[in-house]
Amino acid sequence: MTQALLAFLTIVVGVAGCLGYFWASNLLLDKVLFPARGPNAGQNINRANLLRPWLFLFPAVVALGLYLAYPVFATLWLSLNRNQSGELVFVGLDNYRTMFGEAKFRESLRNNMVWLIVVPAASTAFGLLAAQLTDRIRWGNLAKSMIFMPMAISFVGASVIWKLIYDTREAGQPQIGLLNALWMQADGGFFSILILKVLPVVLLVGIAAGILWFLWAQIRDFADGGIWGKVLRGLGVLVGAWLVFVALSWAWGAATAMLPYGKPQFWLQIPFWNNFFLMAVLIWLQTGFAMVILSAALRGVPEETVEAAILDGANPFQIFFKIKVPQIMGTIVVVWTTITITVLKVFDIVRAMTGGQQETQVLANYMYEKLFVAVDWGVGSASAMIILLLVSPILVWNVYSARKEMR
Amino acid sequence: MENIAGKKPALVWVVHVSVGLLVLLWIIPTLGLLVSSFRSGDQIVSSGWWKALFTQEQQLSPIRLAGQEAERDGMFVVEGQLFTTASTVSAWGTSSRDPAVNEPGQTVGLADGQTLAVNADGTFILTSPVTTEGTRLPRVFTTASTPPEFTLNNYRTVLFSPLAGQSIFQAFMNTATVAIPATIIPILIAAFAAYALAWMDFKGRALLIAAIVGLLVVPLQLALIPLLQLHNGVASTLNGWFGLEGTNALQGKGYLGIWLAHTGFGLPLAIYLLRNYMVGLPRDIIENAKVDGATDFQIFTKIILPLSFPALASFAIFQFLWTWNDLLVALVFLGTSNDQQVLTGNIVNLMGSRGGDWEILSASAFVSIAVPLAVFFSMQRFLVRGLLSGSVK
Repeated sequence: MTQALLAFLTIVVGVAGCLGYFWASNLLLDKVLFPARGPNAGQNINRANLLRPWLFLFPAVVALGLYLAYPVFATLWLSLNRNQSGELVFVGLDNYRTMFGEAKFRESLRNNMVWLIVVPAASTAFGLLAAQLTDRIRWGNLAKSMIFMPMAISFVGASVIWKLIYDTREAGQPQIGLLNALWMQADGGFFSILILKVLPVVLLVGIAAGILWFLWAQIRDFADGGIWGKVLRGLGVLVGAWLVFVALSWAWGAATAMLPYGKPQFWLQIPFWNNFFLMAVLIWLQTGFAMVILSAALRGVPEETVEAAILDGANPFQIFFKIKVPQIMGTIVVVWTTITITVLKVFDIVRAMTGGQQETQVLANYMYEKLFVAVDWGVGSASAMIILLLVSPILVWNVYSARKEMR
Repeated sequence: MENIAGKKPALVWVVHVSVGLLVLLWIIPTLGLLVSSFRSGDQIVSSGWWKALFTQEQQLSPIRLAGQEAERDGMFVVEGQLFTTASTVSAWGTSSRDPAVNEPGQTVGLADGQTLAVNADGTFILTSPVTTEGTRLPRVFTTASTPPEFTLNNYRTVLFSPLAGQSIFQAFMNTATVAIPATIIPILIAAFAAYALAWMDFKGRALLIAAIVGLLVVPLQLALIPLLQLHNGVASTLNGWFGLEGTNALQGKGYLGIWLAHTGFGLPLAIYLLRNYMVGLPRDIIENAKVDGATDFQIFTKIILPLSFPALASFAIFQFLWTWNDLLVALVFLGTSNDQQVLTGNIVNLMGSRGGDWEILSASAFVSIAVPLAVFFSMQRFLVRGLLSGSVK
């Protein structure tokens, strides 16, 4: 009860304090410091108007500075020091060296890379698919609402939801996890081969073909653009080629693997692949976000361009991929980067579902464990700086495009 | 548009079916947990939740007979009912090797001259030549079909009679205590700043906006240790001022700290969203008011704030969902002891300590999900608008 009272009091004090501050400071400015009368009235009004924006901004700037800007530098400083019985000792890059020497850190870096590729790509793709499909049917809004719903569910809540799906009981007992219940239906017959072998191979080869098509477009246009464009394109081609290789080798693996039919699987304990079961949770959460934004963007595509394409005899797939998608490319990039940032900060899902065990560690959870379990502020802060480093290209790009837009 | 495209009806059906599948895929996980939260622990482990919606026939765990004994015609008769819920027996037996050998209604001889009959509705008659008092009655294996059955007991347990230190109700109150002030306070601060950034001309405005866009993506992970240090430092300094050294009268961890932290972390988005919205307000209104002699403070409170209601609402929803659902900030700034725990922290603990108790876990999770879901469905319009103004321009 006392805490409810405290909360209520805080709201009242906070709101009243805020309003009071703005009211009183404006009054002070207008009546006492620079009154708009007397011999210097004109000058005073100008001075007051020069100061006023800062009155309005003051609380926000202080809060931002204290809670977001200052910690960046403080963390940088902490990452260069070692905490020796309460005393900070400057050790240069030692913490970073220690960190890169740790197998668990390299594991979380690798996992984060996989997360960064898979989750934004899958969420955006599902979101685009859902947006395009639901726009064409009458109950589309209801469908959208259902796909969007996980947005309100906490990462922890989602972890519980999915943990039930991944639940495992011994063979012979009834499986209460949906995934194992489905898995136990597979017996190596026609349908299980169709779903577990043919479908993944087709999907993976399709993804590889898509990336190859993108690569070809990059190589074809390689001569265009400046030196930075060429560097970016080159990097893109390298990453793309590697992804094609990975996708094709997975397809080969899926085709040749001997699947343990009839044995219930501990999905969250299969090394490496358990990461994908964790990623499914985030994809499930983020698809709705991608869908809502992409659907608005798709509606903004000018009708004339689509009509012209239809008159020229384009089929629905061509209309979608060659007319609509290029026109909403900017929005796709925004969605992609927003989800990328979410992925970099993902902590709750890993913490709740595996705790980073069984090779599922990610940077944010690694950092949490270093800071609050191992109480190693140096290495913990160093890993926080790595997260910032990974975010910074997006940060620079956002600032750049915001400035461009304001001109 | 659709007409001139000359679409084939077949394709329309494909669209309907694929959307249906997609929607199914997206709601089944939540539905599974929801259904499970209304089933008893025994039911959850004895069959998948998807079977709970239909009448199901299955072999039940053995039930030991129990009932009042009466003497009738020189025989001792025990009559009773096997089930507490309405079920229909389709087969039964008394040994684990042959659990479905008898039909309902059949009378079977047991050892020691006893006979047993089990009827389809679960009633049984056991007759014995000697009294059964003081002896253990036989067990019965049944195969029975049980209609769907749901219970509110899980919710009753987690809300009102939890194990020590796992009070979901307390955690619920804690979460609300964190989330509500942490939603309201940043709005006002951000609204003033957004007004200045949108409608006032001053040096450094562009730079400030760029800085806010930059801070939008700074991971709050960076802020944890420095801010915790700061909070602890401030608390101990204040303790010193008030002559409370060595005591813990004021602590670095607590509600005040987490409110401030959430306010700081939420501000960039708040300012960004509100500024984008306020810039779009008609210039005439503001200039007319200025000509009429209104001060900036009046313009802000009388014109801008009411007109910006949709943007304020959409930010409020974001911030509320974010603070309600947050785990990391609460763990760090509020602490992990039982009376300070928020819902998310409580559930993570439950997953660790009672990961197999799905009846507790599912009900707890749904208590935590219920409020955000209610907010989501009642205010979806504002949420979508906020998302769009934040990302698409």
